Amino acid sequence: MAIACALPFVLSNYRVFQLTLALVYAIALLGLNMLTGYNGQISLGHGAFYATGAYVAAILMDRFGVPYWLTVPAAGAVCLLAGFLFGLPALRLEGLYLALATYALGVAMPQILKYRHIEGWTGGAQGIVIAKPEAPAWSGLSQDQWLYFVVLLCALGMFAIGWNLLRGRMGRAMVAIRDQPIAAEAMGVNTAMVKSMTFGVSAMFTGVSGALGAIVVQFVAPDSFSILLSISLVVGIVIGGLASIQGAIYGALFIQFVPNLADQISKAAPWAIYGVFLIAFMYVMPTGVAGLVRLVCVRLGRWRR
Amino acid sequence: MNALLHQMFSGLASGGIYASVALALVMIYQATHLVNFAQGELAMFSTYISWSLMQAGLPYWGAFFITVAAAFVIGVLIERVIVQPVENAPILSVVIVFIGLLVILNSLAGWIFSYTIKPFPSPFPERPLFGNSYVSSHELGSIGITLIVLALVFVFFRFTPLGLAMRAAAQNPASSRLVGIRVGWMLALGWGLAAAIGAIAGIMVAPAVFLEPNMMAGILLYAFAGALLGGIDSPGGAVLGGFIVGVLENVVGAILGTDIRLTVALVLIIGVLVVRPSGLFGKVRVTRV
Repeated sequence: MAIACALPFVLSNYRVFQLTLALVYAIALLGLNMLTGYNGQISLGHGAFYATGAYVAAILMDRFGVPYWLTVPAAGAVCLLAGFLFGLPALRLEGLYLALATYALGVAMPQILKYRHIEGWTGGAQGIVIAKPEAPAWSGLSQDQWLYFVVLLCALGMFAIGWNLLRGRMGRAMVAIRDQPIAAEAMGVNTAMVKSMTFGVSAMFTGVSGALGAIVVQFVAPDSFSILLSISLVVGIVIGGLASIQGAIYGALFIQFVPNLADQISKAAPWAIYGVFLIAFMYVMPTGVAGLVRLVCVRLGRWRR
Repeated sequence: MNALLHQMFSGLASGGIYASVALALVMIYQATHLVNFAQGELAMFSTYISWSLMQAGLPYWGAFFITVAAAFVIGVLIERVIVQPVENAPILSVVIVFIGLLVILNSLAGWIFSYTIKPFPSPFPERPLFGNSYVSSHELGSIGITLIVLALVFVFFRFTPLGLAMRAAAQNPASSRLVGIRVGWMLALGWGLAAAIGAIAGIMVAPAVFLEPNMMAGILLYAFAGALLGGIDSPGGAVLGGFIVGVLENVVGAILGTDIRLTVALVLIIGVLVVRPSGLFGKVRVTRV
């Protein structure tokens, strides 16, 4: 925690920017993990909710002049509703079919964003450029550092909400539905409500993340929210660890920094690495990095005794 | 009226491509109850193989048949090496492995062949057949080839012992093993056939959309819509679904604007899955609790 606070003062502005983006992805990954890891509903289209959050923030800031910190909860609210509404028909879809439907959503999203008739709002294929928020005078920080702390604060808040949710009744209900849906229903869990709510909450997290991402990157355009974004998010939760909260952070660091490193090898390398890691992790480390860390801690604890 | 007819014929041509890919999807689904998300990328990769063969100097049809054979082998290999270990794993793992495959094939194509868009030759003459203005020779040709492939597949499954063995392995693996059928290799064969059909579809569509690593992403989506519409476990239904989706996509695109086409697929997929998940001709599956 202390390290996280000290970092922006030690690193260059660009690194701070990258770390901020990693934090943004961590929130999105927590949302997706809630849906897929804890609740067992596969979503290959979460990029669409990220895009929705980003565009809500961009439109509010650019067309209506809303201050940036207000757009984040607004984006969250819109995505909560959107996710819940998508979750309702998704109740009828199991595993593979839900993956198909969300894949379709992810692929179609850029086209929906480019649609002519809403171009006045969305800026069409060129997207919207947002002004970077200024750090307040009393803080003495640079813009990047200020944004880092804002995002860090949001991330802490979202993680706290997520942690509470997953530890409580709702979290147990989610896991019960994932593991034994029929038994859960028989025990009195309102499966339909829990599943839809989980979709909604997961979309809310991703929407908040999208809004923050838009503010950090200062730009939204349809083509940056393609199916590849949704696949990146899935890569993140698999690498980080399904059904784990810390996994969101490991996964976010992976999807933020590995492409940059891999890009230096070749343009195609990042995705090849993603693909190989996806398959390798499914065979070798299904619980992801978080599972590995847990295993190491347990082993160390035993060794010390 | 003219324009509508033109759109319908274009729709039938693209529908043929969607029907082929949908058939490949259904073949894998029938055998394994899994939807192969990497089908499009397999087809794209095979098309690149045929492109490099032609660059090396081979004539079109020579490259065509070698590519189909190569795609078959690649399909079998992928099933044996990558898919077979996760056959019985939870559905999430399988989907993730497929997505990984999709991504690897896509980036491999980009790495080996670069991301620049390449033109792809068509074996059919430039001038439209009979001088008509509705459908080009290539479109007619690809519909023709699609139908020939479908007929061959139908004959194979219906009238040959190997086809019968494959059908048996898909319907009832346990009993098939008792009769002496090597179920694992039947699945691999199914994947090989599906990859080969996908390769043909890719080669047919490449002249129209130009060869680049991302060319099959949209087509895969339409193929999903077609396969779901016709019934994910009915080959004939999937083919019909593919043609319907092709025509629908073109006609709706003409009416509402071409930038909304993928959304048509999205709406169709969600609509079919919510209203009638088994599609038009699929079997309605009832499970006991």
